Amino acid sequence: MTPNKYLWLIPMFPLAGAAINGFFGRHSSKRAITAVALTLCGASFGLAVLIAAGFSSASAPYYFDLAHWLRSGDFQVDFSFYLDQLSLVMMLVVTGVGFLIHIYSVGYMWDDDGYYRFMSYLNLFMFFMLTLVLAKNYLMMFIGWEGVGLASYLLIGFWFTKDSAASAGKKAFIVNRIGDFGFLIALFLLIKHFGTLDYPALFSKIQPLVPETAGVGLLTSIGILLMVGAAGKSAQIPLYVWLPDAMEGPTPVSALIHAATMVTAGVYMVARSHIIFERAPSASTVVAVIGTLTALFAATIGIAQTDIKKVLAYSTVSQLGYMFMACGVGAFSAGIFHLMTHAFFKGLLFLAAGSVIHGIGGEQDMRKMGGLRTYMPWTFATMGIATLAIAGIPPLAGFWSKDEILARAFDANWVYWLIGVITAFITSFYMFRLMYMTFGGDYRGGPAAHDVRHESADAHAMHDKHAKDELAHDTHGAPHHGEHGHGEPHESPWVMLGPLVVLAILSLFGGFIGIGDRFQHFLDPVFKAAAEPGLQEPVREAGENTREYLLMGISVAVAALGWFLAWLLYSSRPQLPARIAQHLGRLYTAVANKYYVDELYAAVFVNPLINGSTTILWHDIDQGAIDGTVNASADAARHISDELRHMQSGNLRSYAGWVAAGGAVVIAYMVWMGIR
Amino acid sequence: MVPLSYYLVLSGILFACGVLGFLIKRNIITIFLSIELMLNGVNLSFVAFAAQWHVLSGQIFVFFVMVVAAAEAAVGLAIIIAVYRTRETLNVDQVNLLKL
Repeated sequence: MTPNKYLWLIPMFPLAGAAINGFFGRHSSKRAITAVALTLCGASFGLAVLIAAGFSSASAPYYFDLAHWLRSGDFQVDFSFYLDQLSLVMMLVVTGVGFLIHIYSVGYMWDDDGYYRFMSYLNLFMFFMLTLVLAKNYLMMFIGWEGVGLASYLLIGFWFTKDSAASAGKKAFIVNRIGDFGFLIALFLLIKHFGTLDYPALFSKIQPLVPETAGVGLLTSIGILLMVGAAGKSAQIPLYVWLPDAMEGPTPVSALIHAATMVTAGVYMVARSHIIFERAPSASTVVAVIGTLTALFAATIGIAQTDIKKVLAYSTVSQLGYMFMACGVGAFSAGIFHLMTHAFFKGLLFLAAGSVIHGIGGEQDMRKMGGLRTYMPWTFATMGIATLAIAGIPPLAGFWSKDEILARAFDANWVYWLIGVITAFITSFYMFRLMYMTFGGDYRGGPAAHDVRHESADAHAMHDKHAKDELAHDTHGAPHHGEHGHGEPHESPWVMLGPLVVLAILSLFGGFIGIGDRFQHFLDPVFKAAAEPGLQEPVREAGENTREYLLMGISVAVAALGWFLAWLLYSSRPQLPARIAQHLGRLYTAVANKYYVDELYAAVFVNPLINGSTTILWHDIDQGAIDGTVNASADAARHISDELRHMQSGNLRSYAGWVAAGGAVVIAYMVWMGIR
Repeated sequence: MVPLSYYLVLSGILFACGVLGFLIKRNIITIFLSIELMLNGVNLSFVAFAAQWHVLSGQIFVFFVMVVAAAEAAVGLAIIIAVYRTRETLNVDQVNLLKL
C-alpha cells in the first residue's frame, strides 16, 4: 500500500480542524478545542511522516488528481497534488514546525478569550500553506498563496481591538497584494504563452528554450514578476515593510507564519520555478541582488532595535535575503536547506522570545529585561542554542546552511559573498546583543516595570497584551503572582517548553543532513534533472577543498567576532553602546528609525494616494460629479413637480377647464395642420 | 336653403356657451343646464349633417341622445335634491368632501 494516495488528506485535516473549531468552537470547552486542533494537525504531521518514510526517489515526482476544476478550451486546471523531493521537504517542515507551534500555542494562548478563534486560524493557515507546497499547478499554489495571506492577516490582527494590530494586519495584506499582482501577471503570461499552469507540462515546454542572455525577453519578464510576488510574500526589498509590523500578532503566529513557514513561500516559489530562472539570467541576477541587499539592509536595522520581536523580525527578513541570494546564484538546494534550518532556529527564537515575554508579563522591550538566565533556564538554554545556530557557529544547523550559501555565492560573484559575510557578522552581533540584553546582567524590569511600561518610547507594541498574556497560571500554582501581575519573572509551563526543546534539538543536529552535500543530492532530481545543460555545476577544481575550508573559516571567524563585539558592548562594558550611538549621531538615529523607509513610503506612495483619493476621487468625482448629477436630477424633478402639483387642485371645474383647454388645443392643432 | 356652415357655427356657439357655463358657474342647476346646452349643440350638428347628406342615422342618433339626456336629467335632478337636503346649498364649491 502506498500512502501517497492519501496525500490530499494532509491539507484536508487542518481544514477540517479549522472548520470544526471555527463553527463550533465558541461554545466548546477549551479542552475540546485543543483536542480537535492538535489531533488534526498532528494527523497531518503523522501522515506526512508516513509518506516521507515511504518516499522513494525512484517514483518521484508523484502526482494525484483529486478533481477537475477549470475547463476552458484547451486550458485546464485541476485540483491536483504534487509530491517531489522539494515539496516533501517543505511539507515536513510545515507540518512538523507547525505541529510544535500548535502545542506551544496551547500554553501561550490558553487564557485568551479568542482561544477557539486562534486555533481555528492556525489550522486554516496550515491548510493553505500545505496547499501551497503540495500544489501541482501555479493556480493551486496561488490559492494557497492568497490563503496564507488571509490567515496571516487574521492572525496579525488577532487582537483587533488594538488599533496598532488592526492596522498592522491591513498593512501586511495590502503590501502583499502588491506582490500578488506581480505573481498574477506572471501567471497570465504563462497561460498566454504556454497554455498551461501544470508544473510537469509547463516545465517540459520551457525546458527546450534557450537562456535569454541578452535583453529582457518573455522568461525574464515572468521571472521578475514572480520575484515581485516573492518579494511581497517573503518580505524582501522593497516590500519588506509589513513583516516588522506583523509582530503585533501573538508570538506563536510570529514564529509559525512570519518566521518558519509563510514567509518562506516566496523562496519555495522561486525554487519551484527554477527552470524559468535558469533560462533568465537577468531575472536571476535581480533575485540575487535583491536578496543580498535585503540581507544586509535588514541586518543593520536589527542592530538598533530594542523590541525583542522586532530584532527577530528584521533578522528574519535578513535570513530570507540569504535564501534569495542562494536562489539567485542558482544554488536552489542551498536556499531550501537554509529555509529548513531557518525554520528550526528562527521558529525556536520566536517561541523562546514568546516564553520570555510571557515570563515577565508582556514586556517586549529588551532594555527592561536582563538577568533572566536564572529565572528561566530552559528558555535561556534553548534560545542560546538557536542564537548559536543563526550566528553560524559550527556545528549547529545555521552554520551548515549559511556556509553552503556563502560558498555558492562566492562561486558566482565575490561581491555577494562579501556582503553575505558582513551580514553574517552583523547577524551574530545583534543576536548575541539580544541574548546579553535579555538574559545577561541583572533584571532591569522589576514589579514596577508594570506601571512605567506605558511611558517607554519603544514599548508601543504590547500595551494591551499583558492582560491577555497572563497565561496558564494554574499550571504554576504560584500564589505570588497576585491578581494581575508578575511579581518576578518565571519559567513557562512545560507545554511551551516542550516545543522549545524539540526545536533546539533540531537546531543542534538539523544541519548534519547537509554534510557531504547529502541534502543537495536529495534535491538533485528536482533541480538538476531539468536544468539547462550549459548551466551544470562547474567541475570541481583542484584546491576546491582548501578554498572551501578557507571560506568556512572566515564565516566562523566573523561570527565569533560578532559574538565578541556583542559581549564587549553589552556585557563587559554596558556604558559603551550609548556613547557609540552618540558619536554616530545622525547615522544611529537613521538606523534606529529603520532608515525612515516607512516614512518614505508614506510620503511617496501612501499619502499621495490618500490625498488623491480624498480630494479627487472622493470629493470631486464621487461627491461632486456622481452625487451631484443624481442630486441635481432629483432636485429638478422636485421643482418641476412643485409647480405641476398646483394643477391637481381637487377642484372639479378646474379639471374640466383643463379638459376643455386640451380639447381646444387638439382642435386648434388639427385646424392648423389642415386635417379634415 | 340655409348653408350647413350656419348650423355648424350655431352648434359651435351653443357648445361653447355650454362649456363656458359649466366652467364658470357655481350653481349646480346652472351647470346641469350647461351640460344640456352642450348636448343640444351636438344634436344640432347631427341633424344638420343628416339633412345635408340625406342620411337618416344622424337623426336617429339625436333621438338616442335625447333619451340619454332625459334619463340623465332624472337621475341628476334626484342627486341635486339629495345634495340640497343634506348640504342646504347648491354651490358646488362647498360640496367638496372628496377634495384633499
